[in-house]
Amino acid sequence: MTTMTYEQAMEEFDPVFGIEVHVELNTKTKMFCGCANEFGAEPNTQVCPVCLGLPGAMPVTNEKAVESAIRLGLALGCSIRESSRFARKNYFYPDLAKDYQISQYDEPTCYEGSLDVVLDDGTVVEIGIERAHMEEDAGKNTHVGGSGGIQGADYSLVDYNRGGVPLVEIVTKPITGMGDRTAEVARAYVATIRDIVRALGISDGRMEQGSVRADVNLSLRPKAVAGESQDDVPFGKRSETKNVNSLRAIERAVHFEAARQATLLLGGQPVVQETRHWHEDTSSTTPGRSKEEAEDYRYFPEPDLLPVQPSREWVEELRSTIPEHPAKMRARLREEWGFSDLEMRDVVAADALVLIAATVQTGTSAQAARKWWMGELSRVANDREVALTSLPVTPDQIAELQGLIDEGKINDKLARQALEGVLAGEGSPTEVVASRGLEVVSDDSALEKAVDEALAAQPDVLAKIQDGKVQAAGAIVGAVMKATRGQADAGRVREIILQRAGVEG
Amino acid sequence: MNDWTRATAAQMADALAAGEVTSVELVQAHLDRIAAVDGPVHAFLHIDAEGALETARAVDADRAAGVELPRLAGVPIGIKDVLVTKGLPTTAGSRILEGWIPPYDATVTRRVREARMPILGKTNMDEFAMGSSTEHSGYGPTRNPWDLDRIPGGSGGGSAAALAAFEAPLTIGSDTGGSIRQPASVTATVGVKPTYGGVSRFGAIALASSLDQLGPCGRTVLDTALLHEVMGGHDEMDATSLDEPVPAVVDAALEGARQDLTGVKIGVVRELSGADGGYQAGVTQRFEESLSRLREMGAAIVEVSCPSFEYALAAYYVILPSEASSNLAKFDSVRFGKRVEKSTIEKTMLATRAEGFGDEVKRRIILGTYALSAGYYDAYYGSAQKVRTLVQRDFDAAFAQCDVLVSPTTPTTPFKIGERIDDPLAMYLNDIATIPANLAGIPGMSLPSGVAPEDGLPVGFQILAPAHEDARLYRIGAALEASLTAEWGGPLSAQAPELEVAE
Repeated sequence: MTTMTYEQAMEEFDPVFGIEVHVELNTKTKMFCGCANEFGAEPNTQVCPVCLGLPGAMPVTNEKAVESAIRLGLALGCSIRESSRFARKNYFYPDLAKDYQISQYDEPTCYEGSLDVVLDDGTVVEIGIERAHMEEDAGKNTHVGGSGGIQGADYSLVDYNRGGVPLVEIVTKPITGMGDRTAEVARAYVATIRDIVRALGISDGRMEQGSVRADVNLSLRPKAVAGESQDDVPFGKRSETKNVNSLRAIERAVHFEAARQATLLLGGQPVVQETRHWHEDTSSTTPGRSKEEAEDYRYFPEPDLLPVQPSREWVEELRSTIPEHPAKMRARLREEWGFSDLEMRDVVAADALVLIAATVQTGTSAQAARKWWMGELSRVANDREVALTSLPVTPDQIAELQGLIDEGKINDKLARQALEGVLAGEGSPTEVVASRGLEVVSDDSALEKAVDEALAAQPDVLAKIQDGKVQAAGAIVGAVMKATRGQADAGRVREIILQRAGVEG
Repeated sequence: MNDWTRATAAQMADALAAGEVTSVELVQAHLDRIAAVDGPVHAFLHIDAEGALETARAVDADRAAGVELPRLAGVPIGIKDVLVTKGLPTTAGSRILEGWIPPYDATVTRRVREARMPILGKTNMDEFAMGSSTEHSGYGPTRNPWDLDRIPGGSGGGSAAALAAFEAPLTIGSDTGGSIRQPASVTATVGVKPTYGGVSRFGAIALASSLDQLGPCGRTVLDTALLHEVMGGHDEMDATSLDEPVPAVVDAALEGARQDLTGVKIGVVRELSGADGGYQAGVTQRFEESLSRLREMGAAIVEVSCPSFEYALAAYYVILPSEASSNLAKFDSVRFGKRVEKSTIEKTMLATRAEGFGDEVKRRIILGTYALSAGYYDAYYGSAQKVRTLVQRDFDAAFAQCDVLVSPTTPTTPFKIGERIDDPLAMYLNDIATIPANLAGIPGMSLPSGVAPEDGLPVGFQILAPAHEDARLYRIGAALEASLTAEWGGPLSAQAPELEVAE
């Protein structure tokens, strides 16, 4: 059998794909109980009778999670159902405390939306959204000893901290006609969802921590023959690759699955409808459960919960809180700020967009804001190995710092020292400047004295300046700055030197 | 009074308030009675003598210190083992929960504790409340104090028998299809299923969530009302809990006791009255006599028809097992309860459930799993929900013509233990008159209407009211009770044969 590449597969077949994204909401408490919803706590410390599924316990819907789900639905252009019920999805698994998951089945709260996805070259693709529904997460199994897999482990441990964490699952309609841009579109779609949930502030959007997880469905169908519409060609059998948890992996999973399926089809073998596991290390998938032996989840309406019935007034109120589409906002800001495409891309990649926007909002120039966040602060974040957004400095403080420079109270070098103080928790830039004594020396007599001393120490330099080699003054400026521990205004020092040398600048 | 166990809860509360008796004396008297008769009756699965006495001592001390106390403070109570009780074993009558000690209290348990009522122990029940005889308890049957060879009803046979045997003045029950009312009927006690949502279900081990309702059990209508007010009210831990005040059921019981029912319209449900046959003669006779008494007190009696009730039992036996099959999934050995260790988790779950559940539970899990399966859902669960809507409409139409509906609670007096254990359908027919109320979420009461002449065993009278109108049950019930007890010279429970007392 000849092994196909992704590109070859795309030449031979018409790809159809769909993506299910699970977004973990960042509500303070879980979906149906009052336990803390935080990542990384000691196992089984954020649990109660409800999320442990103890006999007698009952769920109560977290209103804040409903609000987040509706806002997400609105951002995806969805209609919001006036009344939607939760359902029970029944299956036995040790990490599922009640042995049923509370989810939404035939009545998702958000349905029928669409989302514009902007590709790197500016192409806009409209993705149809089938539904966005609420559900609770399961706990986490850890298999210990033996093979380390669920089948061969010596024993397994279950952590229910994640059990009951609120999720929104966003399901696309089948996406067709993307051809060899399928992988790129898949990646851009998930990136856009991630950007939207961050802009909404409803999720950390951290794929590496699993707060945004994607399942990729892909199938191939023959290309339409002459005189036939591609839409009339039935879909092929699809695979569902579970838990593809980085943008790069999304692209790679599409590549791998398209190539694998094309290889099978051209070799005269059928594609099996099944779920597949993604392996990050080898960038490949392996079969999971096949759909033929799939479980019957025996969905039925959750009798312990009332229907979700958001009032129209509330939905409209929430609609007014929906931020601009991230791609559109980026285009607008790039224009307003006068950044190049490359600069803008770097800003987005560094997660600095919101920080810069907030800094600019206080009146600071876009270039100055970019200089701080993409320069000094990115370097510090990099050294400390933390996210830029986690640094202990606010956009307001950066604006204040830049304001001190603009007023001439400090220069760039002093500003860096002041920032160091701010990051060390010494207070606001103004407070640090005061406590560290960082104000520039603007008293001319002190500067004149320092200049005279420097010129006396380097008579040869004075001669050069007087000969017209004005750039030689730099050496004297440096000496004066050193003598004043950097607190002199370099521009003023230069003027004094030229005056003293009898050369007017 | 020389035997406090014969007193009503209201009398006990008054005597405590008047300083005529202490809570410790009351609790001790009941513990002694339990020790004397519970061997054969087996109303209790677990006795908490020390806990009950400790509560009693604290109440007595507070009373002596002049602390203001709730009305029932110091009056002992038994709690059906379906409610979780922090620190006290809770099994729901199942071996799969043997030895499990809950780490939390049900809302109703907490309210009982806040009412300062000493908890005598946990009462026996059909496993996970599935049954009408308490023969399906994983810990052996409860026997009817009126005749130890007969069933005390179910699933709350323990709570009813404890009252009838004077082991407790008040108990708590749960009613999914009649599990409070049918045991009350066959033991000559009073039991109320409140409006769905009127009492929090948080901490009640679920059988069928859309049908389950906790309720009070007592020997008199007033006692039952007093407990109803302790249990009821909104609870934010139960999303289906009604956000409205507890109905004024005590006032309604006091008003009813004046025996004036002028202007009250009472509907006899043709389909539940035994008019079409199938009811024991003595049951029908006592029912007719009670109707005459109600008429004498000024009530107008009308006949109403609820044609959809014919399908209620069938719908119930689809909805209940469906919900139960899901509710009982959590008993998987992973986090609590029994575990039969095998080589893999799947085998462990299977073995635990195979060993831990009884036959009736397995039967209903299988029924429910089947009814919810892909391809069958619409035919079974979907159709059953439609019947449910029709039953609700029938009730709406009936209540447009009258204030309450009445019927015999059960078609027969208590049958013998073992008589129907191998005939599930015959067993299910016990609940024919009680099930419609659960499907519609409306409140219902059973109270004694006498004994059947042919066997001398208790007959129950059922009253049903529209949702939220629980108070009507108490008004009509108290009126009928007052009229009957005037003739009997005391509550019917006093006529039960004396139980043999263990040394």
